[in-house]
Amino acid sequence: MTQMLPLTLTDVVVRRRGKRIIGPVTHRLEQGPPTIVIGPNGSGKTTLLRVIHGIERISTGQVNWTHDAPDQQAFVFQNPIVLRRTVAENLAYPLRLAGVDKAEIISRVTTWLARIGLDALANTAATRLSGGERQKLAIARALIRTPQVLFLDEPCANLDGHTTREIEALLSETATAGTRLIMATHNMGQARRLAGDVIFMLNGKIHESGAANYIMNTPQTSELKSFFQGDIVT
Amino acid sequence: MNDILQGLSAAFWLVVSLDSELIDISLRSLRVTLTALVISCIIAVPLGAYLAVQRFRYRRLVIAGINALMGLPPVVVGLVVYLLLSRSGPFGVFGLLFTPTAMIIAQVIIITPLIASIAHQAIRELWAEYHDLLISLNTTKWQRIKTLIWDGRRNLLTAALAGFGRAIGEVGAIMIVGGNIDNVTRVLTTAIALETGKGDFALALGLGFVLIGLSMIVSITIHSLSRTEREGRW
Repeated sequence: MTQMLPLTLTDVVVRRRGKRIIGPVTHRLEQGPPTIVIGPNGSGKTTLLRVIHGIERISTGQVNWTHDAPDQQAFVFQNPIVLRRTVAENLAYPLRLAGVDKAEIISRVTTWLARIGLDALANTAATRLSGGERQKLAIARALIRTPQVLFLDEPCANLDGHTTREIEALLSETATAGTRLIMATHNMGQARRLAGDVIFMLNGKIHESGAANYIMNTPQTSELKSFFQGDIVT
Repeated sequence: MNDILQGLSAAFWLVVSLDSELIDISLRSLRVTLTALVISCIIAVPLGAYLAVQRFRYRRLVIAGINALMGLPPVVVGLVVYLLLSRSGPFGVFGLLFTPTAMIIAQVIIITPLIASIAHQAIRELWAEYHDLLISLNTTKWQRIKTLIWDGRRNLLTAALAGFGRAIGEVGAIMIVGGNIDNVTRVLTTAIALETGKGDFALALGLGFVLIGLSMIVSITIHSLSRTEREGRW
């Protein structure tokens, strides 16, 4: 399989209705441990993830993958989108799109249902699941095609501690298995637990970035220090 | 009040005695309407989905046009179809005037905009819900349309039932293009018009009650067969 990474962002700017949402952003992402994007509300975390994934149009600049393979990426949204189908059909959907044969679909769906603990709900309408179950389903559906890169936008927002722990364990396993995670979060505890690298966004720009241990222990800018202290940063 | 009671009584005896003419007229009504409905759905549902998913220059104009056509006067449709199918018309060579096929053509023209408009509205809402996911999964336009039609089938069924309701109760256009010929093009609505003209209100009302009953039976059957309220195996 051809490696998609490294990824290079060069002077990326996103404008909507004349207003700059993010940019200019220049950054390089290598193959490695999870990258966690942190920053206050409205700093551009979600937009940055969407731009890299290719579902948000950029106004200027360039996003260059070493090998661009859209089917090797997946995105988990903050508010999980579930298809109006059963849980199992939701999991099968990306595989059907990819033309995977039926026996393989059944095998993979069965495995993933057990892995996320929803095997008893396989034939339940996905719209009837709780928030945590929906998010687990969305993550499993994103991972079922074994993507090289997985984007997650605040996947544990509004979830209880137990479900958050389950999802973090799943994400850690996924990262260990070789999928590159790029995740936006507000949860600093989660960032500490999962991060290999950290990107701190502020006012649409990458304000500070680097290895998680270094950034979290020795923030270089007063804004990041204030952010870690829980102050309002603008 | 007396007329209504007599009508109910007439309807009861027509049904109980399995009146051969009533059965013939009812089956013809169903055959014409259901054929028109199937053809209209084949045209209108993908059209509604396409208009929801695809952006093009005159899209709003097309949608406004379809919405405007919902109010198309059936008598005018009947007149235009009559002129097109009459011997001197462009399609006169096919000899379709005063046949059930002509009635189906008129009904298709009347109900297609109605179904397309409701289908478009339903699929547009679903598309707003699914947009990010389907874009993220790198689906083709055709895959998106298929997914939206399948997952929106419950609302599309409402569109189809609205079309069925309009078609089965239609009288103006099919009277003109069908001619209300006994044993050939006479359907429930044209038979009601005929009996009313003859002053046989009891029979006309009786046929009316049969029409209402038939319409309700078909609606309930379609609704229950679609299993939209139940969960299914994947």
